[in-house]
Amino acid sequence: MWARAVWLTSRGVLGGCQAFATKANPQESGRITAAVIEHLERLALVDFGSREAVARLEKAIAFADRLRAVDTDGVEPMESVLEDRCLYLRSDNVAEGNCAEELLQNSHCVVEEYFVAPPGPCAFKAGSGTTEVNPWPYNSLSYYFQTGNISLPKLDEKEPFLHS
Amino acid sequence: MAAPLLRWFGPGRRWPLAWVDSGSRHRRGVPTGSASNRTREQSSVAQQPLCTSQKLRKGEHKWAAVVGLEIHAQISSNSKLFSGSQVCFAAPPNSLVSFFDASLPGTLPVLNRRCVEAAVMTGLALNCHINKKSLFDRKHYFYADLPAGYQITQQRLPIATHGSLTYRVSVGTKRSHMATKTVRIKQIQLEQDSGKSLHDGLRSQTLIDLNRAGVGLLEVVLEPELSCGEEAATVIRELQLILQALGTSQANMAEGQLRVDANISVHHPGEPLGIRTEVKNLNSIRFLARAIDYEIQRQINELEHGGEILNETRSFDSKLGFMPEPNLPPLVLYDTASLPAGAQSQQVINIDQIRDALPELPSVTRERLVQRYGMLPEHSFTLLNEVGLLQFFQNVMKETRAEPKKVTSWVLNVLLGYLKHHSLAVSESPITPSALAGLLDLLDSKAISSSAAKQVFEELWKGKGKTAVQIVSEKQLGLMQDQEALEQLCRSTMEEHPQAVMDMKKGNPRAINKLIGLVRKAALNRADPAVIKALLEKLSS
Repeated sequence: MWARAVWLTSRGVLGGCQAFATKANPQESGRITAAVIEHLERLALVDFGSREAVARLEKAIAFADRLRAVDTDGVEPMESVLEDRCLYLRSDNVAEGNCAEELLQNSHCVVEEYFVAPPGPCAFKAGSGTTEVNPWPYNSLSYYFQTGNISLPKLDEKEPFLHS
Repeated sequence: MAAPLLRWFGPGRRWPLAWVDSGSRHRRGVPTGSASNRTREQSSVAQQPLCTSQKLRKGEHKWAAVVGLEIHAQISSNSKLFSGSQVCFAAPPNSLVSFFDASLPGTLPVLNRRCVEAAVMTGLALNCHINKKSLFDRKHYFYADLPAGYQITQQRLPIATHGSLTYRVSVGTKRSHMATKTVRIKQIQLEQDSGKSLHDGLRSQTLIDLNRAGVGLLEVVLEPELSCGEEAATVIRELQLILQALGTSQANMAEGQLRVDANISVHHPGEPLGIRTEVKNLNSIRFLARAIDYEIQRQINELEHGGEILNETRSFDSKLGFMPEPNLPPLVLYDTASLPAGAQSQQVINIDQIRDALPELPSVTRERLVQRYGMLPEHSFTLLNEVGLLQFFQNVMKETRAEPKKVTSWVLNVLLGYLKHHSLAVSESPITPSALAGLLDLLDSKAISSSAAKQVFEELWKGKGKTAVQIVSEKQLGLMQDQEALEQLCRSTMEEHPQAVMDMKKGNPRAINKLIGLVRKAALNRADPAVIKALLEKLSS
């Protein structure tokens, strides 16, 4: 669950901020600077602790860079595979809700029908070396549901998109 | 009540917060990225600062302030923007939350038609261009009250752009001098609201209530063309009135249905714009105006003493992860010309149809009042600005024969004066429209004098359920109807004061007034001075 969430998040970051692809290229092709790592860590709340992880990241970016080989002059970017579909409009009726008990059952920590979260983002220092300060684990979505009753398929060790 | 959050963006400058309303942290960067470019550009619109209440003159150079507003209005709908859970203000925590709102896996957003209509109505009322095709995006950031880790918004291509809002501000010191100004609206977009966080300092934990998560919001972004707190307050009030007239939002700031963030910077006219800071979490219009003015002054003071304005949000700005929302195709709107044949009416939104069905906007209402009742424009503004006052006025007009000008004067001067003095809302007024109408009828038929009317008003204010007529008879405030008796009083008074009569004949005004006063006293204040004067003159000739 954690690994999947990390994958999704960093994919989201890379997908959304094209600035990174353009920034990384002119500097040194393939090399990611410490500043970029720190920035990514802060944004995605992911710990790129090891040299290995950084190398992996570089490989991932290099792999994605191969997209540039495609000539897209004059072609409107596709937003989603649904973009030609009709957006369904729902009538303004109340049809859901009233399941507080069910939702709260999923949560790790509950106080009087409220979900509980730790106070505000703690001072998360990326790459500070000390491991005492935990990154605020919202990217794991663990506060909203535990996998107690749901069984998820196990992921392989390697993340899928790094397959060449 | 959320504590206001003034972001100084310096280390160690934190406002202690009891309620951490996530409205504050939403805008960690600038939600519409382009405002960040503004700070380094010259202002393209020449603005004459009309804010005389603001002492912007300090030191040798004049300062000009630039204020940009971002408004979030909660859409008035039965269900949320992308799910079928109910929209309701006070409800047991997490009881109005669907699986989608809690971002459980496998759930998908389904767009609420009413929210789209509300956005189109608001866009049309604010003279915007409605984009026939608009797109949804995800804005990623981490916070406890955002379970999905992203907010669905319309960053790239919002539903409405390039509108305007007209408002009036007083120029100079005279209240009656008003100028009409316009502020441009950059865009209006649909987006999701986040949940609510309740901070528990004692146990170092935050309690999350997702009832509000997913409620539809209209974000209205104004161009940074305002120059002080008063202008901002006026603009917000006007927007509130428009939203309420349309019914698209109840726009009640105290209940969090209308949230305003202000971006403020100062500069010398002609020079580039300064660094801007943000003021957030303001839950009343009056406080908004004060907070903006305070921040302007603080920045001026800081810069005059050689300091600099810190803005930490800049580092977060364009780095917020935006990506297209993959689960929602583009939102397509039609007009009568482009309506596809045979389309289901429930699935299609016709802009022209919505335009034709728009309710009367405040500006039109004011114009109508001025035309119909002959009142001054600023009266129409006051009538609309006070909640419930217009309705009160119209109810009085329905029941009284008195002239509109008289009614206007009594409602705006006397009634409103009393209400303000006692800090009461119109809905709490001890005097009902019927009671006031009764009083004005008596005045109109000359059954009482205007000073007696004021006394009756005072009695009515006590709210003991008596009518004006009852009070008049109880306290003998009615004007003497007997002309003969009044003439007799005049004659006897004149006989008692021959000297004054002689002076009066010579044309001495003080003598006339003295005699009028004496007759009035003798008549136990139940005679109109003008009538007395006429009688005296008749008798002395």
